[in-house]
Amino acid sequence: MGNAPQINPLVIFLASLFTSNMVLVNFLGMCSFISVSSEYDTASGLGKAVALVMVFTTTINWLIYHLLVVPFGLEYLRYLVFIVVIAATVQIIEMAMDRYLPDLHVRLGIFLPLITVNCAILGISLFMVIRSYSFWQTVLFGFGSGLGWWMAIAALAAIREKMAANRLPPGLQGPAITFIITGLMALAFVGFSGIFAVM
Amino acid sequence: MIRSLLVRNIWDENQVLRQILGICSLLAVTNLVRNSLVMGLGLIFAVGLSSLTISYLRNYIPHRIRMIVQTLIIAAWVILFDLIIKAHLPEISRALGPYVGLIITNCIIMGRAEAFAQKNPPLASLLDGIFAGLGYMLVLVIIAVIRETMGFGTILGFNVNFLGLETWTIMVMPPAAFFLIGVLIWIVNIIMARQAAAGGGERG
Repeated sequence: MGNAPQINPLVIFLASLFTSNMVLVNFLGMCSFISVSSEYDTASGLGKAVALVMVFTTTINWLIYHLLVVPFGLEYLRYLVFIVVIAATVQIIEMAMDRYLPDLHVRLGIFLPLITVNCAILGISLFMVIRSYSFWQTVLFGFGSGLGWWMAIAALAAIREKMAANRLPPGLQGPAITFIITGLMALAFVGFSGIFAVM
Repeated sequence: MIRSLLVRNIWDENQVLRQILGICSLLAVTNLVRNSLVMGLGLIFAVGLSSLTISYLRNYIPHRIRMIVQTLIIAAWVILFDLIIKAHLPEISRALGPYVGLIITNCIIMGRAEAFAQKNPPLASLLDGIFAGLGYMLVLVIIAVIRETMGFGTILGFNVNFLGLETWTIMVMPPAAFFLIGVLIWIVNIIMARQAAAGGGERG
């Protein structure tokens, strides 16, 4: 925690991908992570949409925070500012995609509205403020976190698809076993923790 | 009516264990009981007052933009809570970090707003919100007690490790939170299934 002006943005990128993965270490975006991970294709689609929105919203939030919110001394309103920016950005990305990338829009379209309330998106904007990242650190942090989220949900969905045929005790089916699998994945990711000394 | 609201929100439809909502903050803050208590109170505060406000305004909010209006109402209450603990409990505020702000995107609040406050009178909505928050806080504290006892050998900072046992580092790390919530959901599912079998499913 604290100031991080000297950390190489590339290190932040790798760290947010592995050692401080959004889902497995910081527990962000759990709701959709658990509920939309039963099929690989759907999960991967959501992951891509989240990664895209994350890069855009953190970048825009950084600019707005440092160019508007801080100069006017409105830091205490940052939650409100961030959530509005996120909602608006998601809307604009959706409209732009519909116009210029209709194929992608058809594939990701249904997930975009869901993303507004995905706490991973708001979470990394808040982390970026708390850790006082610079512009390029923020951009790579958003990109790395997004990819990390995508990687985690795609991996979980793949595991769950393989497990669909297994016979489990009735009470353990569904969310319970999903949490335990996620726990095992998180345990594996703990193994990365010696590699990058950040955060 | 109050009793049925209480039972439904804390047990039958517990937001965390039955609906699987509000998991992010639940997992992140539960390695210390103290942080969990503050987080639980924060959620009760935010969900109760948001439900109350949304219920009062339910006939004035245009249906198409209700999500953004609800989010703004919730954000306003969360900012208030954030300022209060920053002023009075600065140390805990620092420990909770971004997770206080993340109460805004806690699905429980939006869930109660959509499912209850939108179509019910203010007082009932306030109670419904508070009880939903209590159900969340209960799970939070159960997990926090297990993690703090086994991970640090303390409860609320007091030493309870009388036998001088080795503490489990894993309990304060992320994976343990996932394992515990998974097992807790499993246990509750078993109890629910037994109850349904014993009562012939009369409680629905």
